Amino acid sequence: MKSDKPKKSHKAALSRRSFLKGAALTSAGAMAAVASLSHLKPAHADAPMPAGAVERLGPGPAPIELKINGEVKRLSVEPRVTLLRALREHLGMTGTKLVCDRGACGACTVLMDGRTVTSCMVLAVDARGREIVTIEGLGNPARMHPVQAAFVVADAMQCGFCTPGMVMSIAAALKRNPKAGEDEIRQSVAGNICRCGTYPHVFAAALNTARGFGAGKGNA
Amino acid sequence: MSRRVTVELGYPGDTRDVTVEIPDGEPVPWQVPDRFELVGRSTPRVDGAMKATGAARYSYDIVLPEMLYGAILRSPHPAARVRSVDLSAARRLPGVRAAIEIGNDQARFAGQEIAAVAADSSDIADDAIALIKVDYEPRRFAVTIADAAASGAPSVFSGSNLDKPKISSKGDVDRALASAAEKIEATYVTPVQTHVSLETHGAVARFDESGLTVWCSTQGIFSVRDDLAVYFNLPPEKVRVICEYLGGGFGSKFGARPEIVTAARLAKEAGAPVKLMLPRGDEHLATGNRPNAEQTVRLGADRSGKLVAIDLVQRGSGGVGGGSGSSGPFKMVYPCDNIRTSETNVYMNAGPASPMRAPGWPQGCFGLEMAMDELARSLHIDRLEFRRVNNTNPVRAHELDLGARAFRWDDTKSALAKQTGTNRRGIGVACAAWHALGASGPEATAIAHRDGHVEIRCGTQDIGTGTRTALAIVAAEELGVPISQVASEIGDTRYPFSLPSGGSMSAPSNTPAVRQAAAHLRDKLFRIAAPILGAAPSDLEARDAVIRVRFDPSRSVAFKTVCRRIPGDSISAQGERLPNYQEFRPDQAGCQFAEVEVDTETGITRVVRVVAVHDVGTMLDPLTSRSQVNGGVLMGISYALFEMRRMDPALGLMMNPTMDDYKLVGPLDTPKIDVIFLDVRNGGTNTGVLGIGEVVHVASTAAVACAVSDAIGVPIRELPLTPDRILAALEHA
Ligand code: FES
Ligand code: FES
Repeated sequence: MKSDKPKKSHKAALSRRSFLKGAALTSAGAMAAVASLSHLKPAHADAPMPAGAVERLGPGPAPIELKINGEVKRLSVEPRVTLLRALREHLGMTGTKLVCDRGACGACTVLMDGRTVTSCMVLAVDARGREIVTIEGLGNPARMHPVQAAFVVADAMQCGFCTPGMVMSIAAALKRNPKAGEDEIRQSVAGNICRCGTYPHVFAAALNTARGFGAGKGNA
Repeated sequence: MSRRVTVELGYPGDTRDVTVEIPDGEPVPWQVPDRFELVGRSTPRVDGAMKATGAARYSYDIVLPEMLYGAILRSPHPAARVRSVDLSAARRLPGVRAAIEIGNDQARFAGQEIAAVAADSSDIADDAIALIKVDYEPRRFAVTIADAAASGAPSVFSGSNLDKPKISSKGDVDRALASAAEKIEATYVTPVQTHVSLETHGAVARFDESGLTVWCSTQGIFSVRDDLAVYFNLPPEKVRVICEYLGGGFGSKFGARPEIVTAARLAKEAGAPVKLMLPRGDEHLATGNRPNAEQTVRLGADRSGKLVAIDLVQRGSGGVGGGSGSSGPFKMVYPCDNIRTSETNVYMNAGPASPMRAPGWPQGCFGLEMAMDELARSLHIDRLEFRRVNNTNPVRAHELDLGARAFRWDDTKSALAKQTGTNRRGIGVACAAWHALGASGPEATAIAHRDGHVEIRCGTQDIGTGTRTALAIVAAEELGVPISQVASEIGDTRYPFSLPSGGSMSAPSNTPAVRQAAAHLRDKLFRIAAPILGAAPSDLEARDAVIRVRFDPSRSVAFKTVCRRIPGDSISAQGERLPNYQEFRPDQAGCQFAEVEVDTETGITRVVRVVAVHDVGTMLDPLTSRSQVNGGVLMGISYALFEMRRMDPALGLMMNPTMDDYKLVGPLDTPKIDVIFLDVRNGGTNTGVLGIGEVVHVASTAAVACAVSDAIGVPIRELPLTPDRILAALEHA
């Protein structure tokens, strides 16, 4: 895996992500293996699996369908491709950002069946049958989601690279509780890292949304 | 021809008439009594909607037809000779389209670039990297200052790992220290910090008939262009560099760095566009850092608390690069008669240093302000008072008053004197300084279109400070139109030349060029409007979206109506940034106050609140400026409490090159931050605008560290202030 470079010295080590990528060659296999290593439990481990079903995918590209922002997208990916890379590299949806590629920063946050997940930690094949919402699904510059508009007004961004992930986390939190207070808001972005240090304005944007025009009017 | 004008500079309560000589065609500098429509009011950033919706396209987001993905193989050894590189197996992998050697025959740190590939997908590129066979001859290495400076240490390059000390001296420090009424000596240690820009370094490169086009994550499009033109032996106009949006840089993204050149080489070899964005781990290893520092500080003061001597002996290292000095604050913040600094750069086998937000200053400020606290205590002087006594800058004196009042320094201090329990609070104050920088060179074009919208073109870039917004505010103010009517076009070497964004130089370098261009454009529009209004062009003014007669505002014509009379589609005007003329002050001051709470049972520190007071030249936009202050403060907290590149001295490897193990300040660590701005019309240019990215970061770490030592009653002289260090300090207290 890339962030473990320099590779050669680490090659023998089994990293969390290469483990997931390998194991997912069969989804059922991955489920069993993951279950025995509960600390490695990925966000999607509670997916319903029909008893005894064994599906073989890969190692080459396999055709899959993903439901993203209400639209069915057909693509062909190797089973090791993450949802994040499928979005960015296969579907040209680059609003979702790749930063750490191992679940440590929140920049790649999307909604899967209404819950926030870090899309770098979800394999595209495991996102089949799920409702995915990305930053593009919330709004666009001409028609922003209330949370996006609130981010602009409060200047909850500097370089903007963490911003789509922040927006997704806040939108999800306010959808859960439109009257969320500051503590709940802080908790909802606890996993979103901003190197520009924009957190105070993110809290302000979220609180303005909660107090003002409310959230949840967008597609999320 | 030039003319002399007298302008009132400074801030309410402290102004001065300054006569400046300015060339014809240069607008009169903004001065204290000027009233503005937009300048100084909060304007949301003009590209905010693009960023909030994910529509903004960063280099990382560029996708071109037939584009390949690149990856770099890096040395796993901290020091090795590269005997041979075998690319054949990588080349044979289906989907691989190019493989090259980077040409480093010596690896001097783990992470040095060795070879690179381009392939149909990023996963295939990674697979190919694993197939490259390199024959290394490992050598001895040193990855700590102590190991690199020891006698018999392996040479990182050749000869000694220590540069000759850089010494600066005024007065007689030894004599002043010998006769000082009170003095202290202590050593302060800071770690290597990495930039961790969220967008990693890298580029998308394409060769075609028009030449080389590169989209890259850079703080200086023109310097990248010039470097690439030299490297590929192309005329500069055959190289185009584009950076529409930049996901952070903090000083680490200047010039055609190895990954940019590599992307272009791969594109040339493969005959197809190549995207090469670095994976996260490489960022920590190879794209720059703030060097560490060991600073031995001696301060002496007389009975009244006046400093009589400042002495710094420092050594520092970021790895294979130079530039580890930290003497800036020692020379500039509390200037006394006797100051001596000695700085020694040390080389070791780790990734190179690069500029990082106020290079040298946060570590210097930490050493200086911790020593100030220790000396104030032995003099039995209040720590804030000690700073007031030794401050010579009237702007900062005012700021210290403003800050002390907002922070309630005295009340808090008395309240804390009575505190009990295991959670201990403490307070700290630290002073900042930076040079009022900005340079001539940048140019700008202002264009009015027939539909009434205005375009500003300037080949600068936005590192997140809000460059587009700043330029649009200046142009809209000058033309008297709403900001929604102005579009700022930046980030492309096809636009007029500008400088790299660093050192808080962008706003003071670019806004005067834009203001001049807008003023020239306005004069052209006045010539179109004059016959409509039956007045001379020189009697017109542009305000409130109309052009009107200055002494008879009822005679007016809408800005848009004038634009409809533009012959052709548009008219344009140029502006340039002139060399500085006389200014109010050549520097920026600033001060920050912090209150922290330390859990003495766990050693965990929480920053409770921060008050930051800063002069900003002419304030353009308090909203985006506040974002920058929050960012400077938070990055300072992060450096004080969390950040550290951890090297394993036995293996020579960085142990934490990930965002899980290299800790950054997060939302839950964020204190309440109060920001107070002092709007100072500074002259020097026609806008008097100053950058603030550096100065707002200089004192943040020091203020927090001073507050932690205050809380636990013993100084901790090494960063980061991790729980183990705090518990150890408490044990020995
Ligand atoms: S990129 Fe997925 S959490 Fe950082
Ligand atoms: S705005 Fe730059 S990382 Fe958050």
